[in-house]
Amino acid sequence: MSVSLPTRLTPPGRMTPFRAHRIWERNYLVYRRVWKVILTGFFEPVFYLFSIGIGIGELVPEVPGPGGVPVDYTAFVAPALMAASAMNGTVLETTFNIFFRLKFEKTYDGILTTPMSSRDIAIGEIGWALVRGALYSTAFFVVMVAMGLTASWWAVLTIPGAVLIGFAFGSVGLAATTYMRSWQDFDLVSLVTMPLFLFSATFYPLDVYPTAIRPLIRLSPLYHGNEMLRAFSLGIFDWTLAGHITFLLVMGLIGAFIASRRLDGLLRK
Amino acid sequence: MSEPLVQARGLTKRFGDFLAVDAVDFDIAKGEAFGFLGPNGAGKTSTMKMITTVSPITEGKLTVFGLDPAADGRRIRQRLGVVPQEDNLDMELTVAENLYIYGRYHDMPRADIRRRITELLEFAQLSDRSDSPVEPLSGGMKRRLTIARALINEPDLVILDEPTTGLDPQARHLLWDRLYRLKREGATLIITTHYMDEAEQLCDRLVVMDKGKIVAEGSPRQLIAQYAPREVVELRYPEEQMEGISERLGWLEGGIEILADRVIVYTDDAEATQRELTIRDIHPEQVLVRRSSLEDVFLKLTGRSLVD
Repeated sequence: MSVSLPTRLTPPGRMTPFRAHRIWERNYLVYRRVWKVILTGFFEPVFYLFSIGIGIGELVPEVPGPGGVPVDYTAFVAPALMAASAMNGTVLETTFNIFFRLKFEKTYDGILTTPMSSRDIAIGEIGWALVRGALYSTAFFVVMVAMGLTASWWAVLTIPGAVLIGFAFGSVGLAATTYMRSWQDFDLVSLVTMPLFLFSATFYPLDVYPTAIRPLIRLSPLYHGNEMLRAFSLGIFDWTLAGHITFLLVMGLIGAFIASRRLDGLLRK
Repeated sequence: MSEPLVQARGLTKRFGDFLAVDAVDFDIAKGEAFGFLGPNGAGKTSTMKMITTVSPITEGKLTVFGLDPAADGRRIRQRLGVVPQEDNLDMELTVAENLYIYGRYHDMPRADIRRRITELLEFAQLSDRSDSPVEPLSGGMKRRLTIARALINEPDLVILDEPTTGLDPQARHLLWDRLYRLKREGATLIITTHYMDEAEQLCDRLVVMDKGKIVAEGSPRQLIAQYAPREVVELRYPEEQMEGISERLGWLEGGIEILADRVIVYTDDAEATQRELTIRDIHPEQVLVRRSSLEDVFLKLTGRSLVD
């Protein structure tokens, strides 16, 4: 069983400057075996939609939507559930899963001995979380259309919108993960995402909150996500939409920058 | 001789106040098996990490393939195979997938990788475990898979950080056999170890490191010839008799080393030394005669035992 080994005879191949997608390739190999786990990410918002949207929708026929236009309650709450699931999905991916690979399996230490860099890993992992998020959002969008909850073809923008929400939360999640020391620290993650989910004008409009609290709600990134997806889904656009998009975009860029820097510091000592 | 594959001048690594590598110089030539021998904490791993470009150097100069690790990290890593001290196999992937994805990290075409995987699994004696998850593999198998993974890109330089630490003797010998084969086929190897036998078996040339410094350099044979007389007589005593032992044995020529439970006597003629002991009515609990080894070189140089 003689095998010719190793010493290269061929010259080194060309250098590819961008290789973050190699992380996608790796994650694809992992997730094609556990595809059932992925399905849960789709069902969660759908179950919420059926229970809260349809249930409460029976009691509350109409609420004031963006710009005060009255809208059907189920159509009001559906885009917010889509936004919340985009947040939960990417946060889960960039905190728990990444921490496991970073601290326990030392997966990234190995990867960094290849031409891959820590920036490739950061961009690759955030990007992967977005691809997953886009799949969920598309599926949820189909459910929304089927239930007649969308107002116009503008509603298709909810899909890239959900990806933007994922980007904002995913990169901040990854940045946060680089500060985590043990699994206990992850209790803090739900301590942040849970109230965001409940208090970001998800289930009722901002006007319901006392005036004094409203500025606080406006600080919630998920509030901007909810309002953005609502605007897309209901086809009601005004200048505030630009604010929501900018907020999420800036949040995502800052998070990605910190995540990449911190990851490099952790892995290359 | 052509330019060295790896060259270090005054290479230094500091972690805060701790000086891990203290201004070391070395040259590693193409085709040689070069060893870093030393106890834990001697600075071997820190040196390896600087060569693999994952750890920035603090001071001094280092070139790998004539390139600067700080500027050309990617280009260097493209030609390296790295076997880290602790296996960091991808536990979420199977045996074959581990090799496959490392090929992809190196931008290899899929068809080339598939051909290479078949060869490497055979080399690592893991062909029948191709689709197995990594987790249930034995320590020796994981180690062989890590080595196979390091070879996926046909590296010009293979860096092995304590390749056999923690393996049982059988697994060690199998691994040595594989590494020996790599060497025979012309691979350049850098091996760190705290086992003398490993260094003697595998390394053409080595440096002995202690507390961040290189304290000796040469081939295993040269080092033994230079630092340790031909033979060693080990005298074992019960603990209570170790007190005052240096006065009682002070007459011995060639030098002695006193350890916790035994005295090591260096000599060119073990039989004569033993006769002398009998004449002087010195009767240790146990006497062991052996040829001197790299362990003795290390003892001579540092006054401490190597494996601690």
